Amino acid sequence: MPIQVKNLTHTYSEGSAFQATAIRDVNLTIEDGEFVCVVGHTGSGKSTLVQHLNGLLKPTSGQILVDGEDMFGDGVNKRSIRQKVGLVFQYPEYQLFEETVAKDIAFGPKNLGLNADEIDRRVRKAMAHVHLDYDKYADRSPFELSGGQMRRVAIAGVLAMEPKVLILDEPTAGLDPRGRDRILGMIRDLHAKGGVTVVMVSHSMDDVASLATRMVVMSKGTVVATGTPREIFRQADMMRSIGLGVPEAARLCAMLRQKGLNLPEDLYTQEELQQALLQLWKEAKQA
Amino acid sequence: MNETRISVENVTFTYDEAPEPALRGVNTAVRTGEFLAVLGHNGSGKSTLAKLLNALYVPQEGRVVVCGMDTADENNLWQIRQQAGMIFQNPDNQIVATVVREDVAFGLENMGVPTAEMPGRIESALSAVRMNAFAEAAPHMLSGGQKQRVAIAGILAMEPTVIIADEATAMLDPSGRAEVLDTVRRLNREKGITVVWITHFMEEAAQADRIVVVSGGEIVLAGTPREVFPQVERMRELHLDVPHMTDLAQELRRGGMPLPADVLTVEEMAEEVCKLLCPSK
Repeated sequence: MPIQVKNLTHTYSEGSAFQATAIRDVNLTIEDGEFVCVVGHTGSGKSTLVQHLNGLLKPTSGQILVDGEDMFGDGVNKRSIRQKVGLVFQYPEYQLFEETVAKDIAFGPKNLGLNADEIDRRVRKAMAHVHLDYDKYADRSPFELSGGQMRRVAIAGVLAMEPKVLILDEPTAGLDPRGRDRILGMIRDLHAKGGVTVVMVSHSMDDVASLATRMVVMSKGTVVATGTPREIFRQADMMRSIGLGVPEAARLCAMLRQKGLNLPEDLYTQEELQQALLQLWKEAKQA
Repeated sequence: MNETRISVENVTFTYDEAPEPALRGVNTAVRTGEFLAVLGHNGSGKSTLAKLLNALYVPQEGRVVVCGMDTADENNLWQIRQQAGMIFQNPDNQIVATVVREDVAFGLENMGVPTAEMPGRIESALSAVRMNAFAEAAPHMLSGGQKQRVAIAGILAMEPTVIIADEATAMLDPSGRAEVLDTVRRLNREKGITVVWITHFMEEAAQADRIVVVSGGEIVLAGTPREVFPQVERMRELHLDVPHMTDLAQELRRGGMPLPADVLTVEEMAEEVCKLLCPSK
């Protein structure tokens, strides 16, 4: 179920004194099975872009095609598209509202008109996905949980819709290292084992380096580059020019190459840099 | 430099109706002019510790002394809060006025500072955080990092000797984070303001003079960044990270490269690796 973004432009508050064009003429296709990370400085248009992917925002001009079908075309069932494309907002825990964790997660499936057994099955499955023990947490108030747990409840609420594409806008913002690792591990599993296509907005180049199959780099409302992390992170100067960094391993690699060390120019994970340095060390000792 | 600015003595604090104390028997001290980072996972007790430092909470056992004043004495309350200003996580919850200048004036009005003195204090507070160009701006039009700098200006106008930041960068993007940390580090360096910096970002803690690690309501590790971070396994057990370069140094040492264990930054790592491997000129 590919999502195609065609000539997308979005202007907020059009016609008012506050009119502002957040994204301009964006073209992009998200294929099945991809893990796309959208990066960009604050205000570059990342959130505006992803909020179009499930029809939450309507294009000022241009189109969003889901499975070849124009999301805002006549007679298109937006509701069924939203069910297939799940969106997790920034700080989604602010949107919890039910008395219990299970009821909160059941809210979406209930609105789909599913029967009680199916709702129960989905709630249990979604809770298992986010590593929340059903017996321990189902009847607890979501407001008694830690910040990281609340966020997992909110994500479970989207997963219970069983989306084919999952969009997450900065899912780890504000979490401690443990909370962050749990959420990222869970998203990694959904993609690798659950076959879910993932689109994630992130500020952490190290997280992007370890997860993305493809990166979309935005600046000032347009897509300025797209490619694998390896293709993007070797362009450190381009990234710096738009206010972004590269992973520390990529920075170290560039710095060492400048000092004359014989390293490939496109290393960007700690693991591969480690291997390459140990290899050089072995050769140096033998020499 | 060695004068004690804040001392925490055998402090135990339990929230109402909580079965267990959030902090138990904690002892620590912050020296005048020090930049102290506090690390700990969520629920470790680090935010409780922060709130004890400017008398938002008062310990049930033990005592907290800030600038020579016991926080349990209600007569000290206003003076303690003027001396030790606090910044919180969410930039949007800390701005009260509709114009930046008025937001900075808020604390001064509460303190009863004479009107004639206010403009000068506000000017100098805003210029210290390099926000004077925005004095007449509407706070909601600012970026997260700019809002946090306005919150810091509001504290600075009260001429404090201590700034306590409880995850002040958690909700910001990388450039906003750098902008806020750089501002506070400059105030620490240039004005000698003592800083207690609570964070989840190890790269921020690496820039502190000293780190304390809180877990299970107790201080479990303390020392300079170079003493604390090389304890990679211990930090992981505490559900914390270490800077990427410290981790890489450990792995390379395991592979037989004689690198120091206390490498913290990319620049240091490049230099150390070069000593071993770079072609001689």
